[in-house]
Amino acid sequence: MTDGIGRRGFLQTGAAAIGGAALGAGGHLAWQTATRSPAAAADAVGRAVEPFRGEHQHGVDTVPQSFAAWLAFDLLPGVDREALVRLMRIWTDDIERLTAGRPGLTDTEPELAMTPARLTVTVAYGPGLLSAAGRDDLAPPWLAPLPPFSIDRLEDRWSGGDVVLQVCADDTLAIAHAGRLLTTQAATFVRPRWTQQGFRASPGATAPGTTMRNLMGQVDGTRNLDPVADADLLWCGADAPEWLVGGTSMVVRRIAMDLDGWDLVDRTGREFTIGRRLSDGSPLTGVDEHDEPDLGATDELGLPVIDMAAHLRRARTEDPDARFLRRGYNFHDPGEPDGRSSGLVFVTFQRDVLTQYLPVQRSLDRLDLLNTWTTPVGSAVLAVPAGPLDGEFLGERLLG
Amino acid sequence: MSRMHRSPVAFAAPALALLLALTGCQSSTDPATADGALTFTDPWVKAADSGMTAAFGTVVNSSDEDVVLVAARSEVSLMELHEMATDASGGMVMRAKEGGFVVPAQGSLELAPGGEHLMFMDLTSPLAPGDDVEVTVVADDDRSWTFTAPVRTFTGANEEYVGETDGTTDETGGTHGSESPMPTSAP
Repeated sequence: MTDGIGRRGFLQTGAAAIGGAALGAGGHLAWQTATRSPAAAADAVGRAVEPFRGEHQHGVDTVPQSFAAWLAFDLLPGVDREALVRLMRIWTDDIERLTAGRPGLTDTEPELAMTPARLTVTVAYGPGLLSAAGRDDLAPPWLAPLPPFSIDRLEDRWSGGDVVLQVCADDTLAIAHAGRLLTTQAATFVRPRWTQQGFRASPGATAPGTTMRNLMGQVDGTRNLDPVADADLLWCGADAPEWLVGGTSMVVRRIAMDLDGWDLVDRTGREFTIGRRLSDGSPLTGVDEHDEPDLGATDELGLPVIDMAAHLRRARTEDPDARFLRRGYNFHDPGEPDGRSSGLVFVTFQRDVLTQYLPVQRSLDRLDLLNTWTTPVGSAVLAVPAGPLDGEFLGERLLG
Repeated sequence: MSRMHRSPVAFAAPALALLLALTGCQSSTDPATADGALTFTDPWVKAADSGMTAAFGTVVNSSDEDVVLVAARSEVSLMELHEMATDASGGMVMRAKEGGFVVPAQGSLELAPGGEHLMFMDLTSPLAPGDDVEVTVVADDDRSWTFTAPVRTFTGANEEYVGETDGTTDETGGTHGSESPMPTSAP
């Protein structure tokens, strides 16, 4: 209790100090504070939480946080269904605490848990986990590596995994802390396989609802699923194994961008490649980002305004249901080799990988101007079990 | 409360975690409870294959009388009530707590690595991460309370134990479950 009082006292002092600074600067800062809701605490971003329990796991239809990490693990030899039950009980407990802004049970850095910043941890299973649990018969048909594509240059170090944690938050400290605690608590069950980290615009940097930009400068994710209106395309339904009803599938593709090569392309060429304008993401046949592209429109020479090989066109199929929720993040890892250090961790969620993701990926593999500068170097397909209801542990309907 | 403050290391981070968990939101996991005055918030036990290990957590006394705990027991090991103290050479050692643990009226007692804890003296079966283990604590008036503690991997709490008869015994209670003989280190 004294901690809470002390914290409030600190905040009041801080607010007074800021007010003084604003006055001292001749009111220079006054407009900034005036645009904020008077009710919003100075640390509102850090204190915000996302619910954990429910029909669906969080981190899928959650409004994308600014930062993300994906931690892939392989099961250690001998880990069976009984051991997986214990691991899931541990992770469920720790995730529930951490995402609520409370320390993990064994947390040795409890202060780092106090700013969850909308932390979510989404637990996803690879085919190896179902095999280890003796549950191959309950695997959906899509739970397998994607077929090879001609554009792929996949590396093992970014691919596969028996179990993956997607950790997202509006603060990287929360992600690092949660990732480390969950990793150390799982040390007797798993070994790390790969880790990826990604980012979007920081909280407050862009207006809420702004479509993210990737490192090629493109507005990325305009025509996305609506998790509410398109819920039937996102979540597995009654035709799925019971443990997946309310769950989904997650595809994680690491797409390297040749930014040095992209530098050689002028703005017109860049917009031609995508079929959208760089300024606002509007289709070349429209004026607003969300205008429906006119794929039949031609210019004065009779050529299509949106090129036959433009990314926008190639990413569409005849099937209106061949869509998926894109929830990707940029990556920039300076230690990686040239041409591999920047890109997109392309993350998608869909009810069925085979009928939704695969047709689009096949189309892009056959023809897409963007392929000149982008290379898939990692790939993983995972099953996201339904969310834990009250009293349940993650994956209980599969493992219990 | 002063009894629990005898050792400065009682304020190590895990103790703070438990304290904050207690003063902040109520845990949404069921706190281990027993009839009567005492309840147990966020109990846990350090995983071990054999030998010694320990139980931690917060003991809350909602009654108007101090409760003096004098013993603990479990099906998997003999147990003792331990504290950390400074030995003659200035090092921290673990030893049985004379007079037991006082859980103050309308107060709480933190059991934490580096501080007071309930010691499993010699496991008869492994305690693997994710298991649950039942522990019973007994007061000087023979009242007792049983709580269930989840088992967790923990690499700390490797204090030296000063036994009653044979000097120093290294507490190397494993932190590893039965799945893997050689767990890999975390990144």
